[in-house]
Amino acid sequence: MKISVNGEAFEAAPEVRTVGELLCSLGLCDQRVAVEYNRTILPKNSYAETKISEGDALEILSFVGGG
Amino acid sequence: MIRIKVNERFVEFKEPPKLMEVRARFKPGSDLTILNGFPTQENPVLRDGDNIIFIRKGAMPSREELESLMMARHTPGVHDAVKKARVGIAGLGGLGSAVAVALARLGVGEMVIVDFDIVEPSNLNRQQYFIDQIGRPKTEAMEENLRRINPYVKVSSHREVLTEQNIPQYFCRVNALVEAFDTAESKAMLLNTMAERCPDVPVVTASGVAGHGPSNSIKTVPFGKYFIVGDQETEAATGMGLMAPRVGIAAHHQANCVLRILLGEPEE
Repeated sequence: MKISVNGEAFEAAPEVRTVGELLCSLGLCDQRVAVEYNRTILPKNSYAETKISEGDALEILSFVGGG
Repeated sequence: MIRIKVNERFVEFKEPPKLMEVRARFKPGSDLTILNGFPTQENPVLRDGDNIIFIRKGAMPSREELESLMMARHTPGVHDAVKKARVGIAGLGGLGSAVAVALARLGVGEMVIVDFDIVEPSNLNRQQYFIDQIGRPKTEAMEENLRRINPYVKVSSHREVLTEQNIPQYFCRVNALVEAFDTAESKAMLLNTMAERCPDVPVVTASGVAGHGPSNSIKTVPFGKYFIVGDQETEAATGMGLMAPRVGIAAHHQANCVLRILLGEPEE
């Protein structure tokens, strides 16, 4: 399935069906991210149920510590 | 008839007066003359709308005179816009303390500052506190420092651990929020909570401010209607410390981003 992640074309594996599964496939299934899905920031508790479709655009912000 | 502002009061003149005539009439014996924000020793003919402040050295100006003098170097219009604003700062460490100082100098109307921590010696390599404040709550120390910089900023400080539960009560009613936490988990928690609970508030967050990498790798980039400041890579770790210059660059990116939001400037 062809989607866009952080502005770049991305081919999601066939078993990746939700935002939660996509994050885990990228090694980001932890508490340090914020996800913008089709222009809105997705609530964390809806990652598991939000299905990804062909052509979706996701921005994934993965925080690093320090301040 | 022309109108001139003399020490924050409007005065009307039939004919355009010369500067030193106005001084002799209103503030004889003053040492310093500020004309439209700049000190002058000349004696020009004044024009309608000129703003003059006369100061006697050693004498404390009135509240109105002082506030006007402090903002004399601002771009016109900036002070009026920021004076109306309420800005939240979540965390008062290297980022938050420097953002707070910059926004106080800018003259924002009100700051809501929240932190649970105390000032420790290791903070002083980058955070805007002083030796004699070690051991005191950061909220209390920062409130004191801000008052010394600009007493006309209202400061609401709360010594509290911010959580998903209490974030809305502090930050749903600010015009902009600065995320200035330390850990990646708390940064993500704040942004996600704001998106869900206070969706109308613009948030300026930071990620990747450690070390001594190039200054110009610190950037402000949009994320939805939010902004991320930093290089988004350099995590604080052993061998990758947090130091005043780079953390300060990021903090001032955040402060300038807040100013641009308050002025309604377009996206970065």
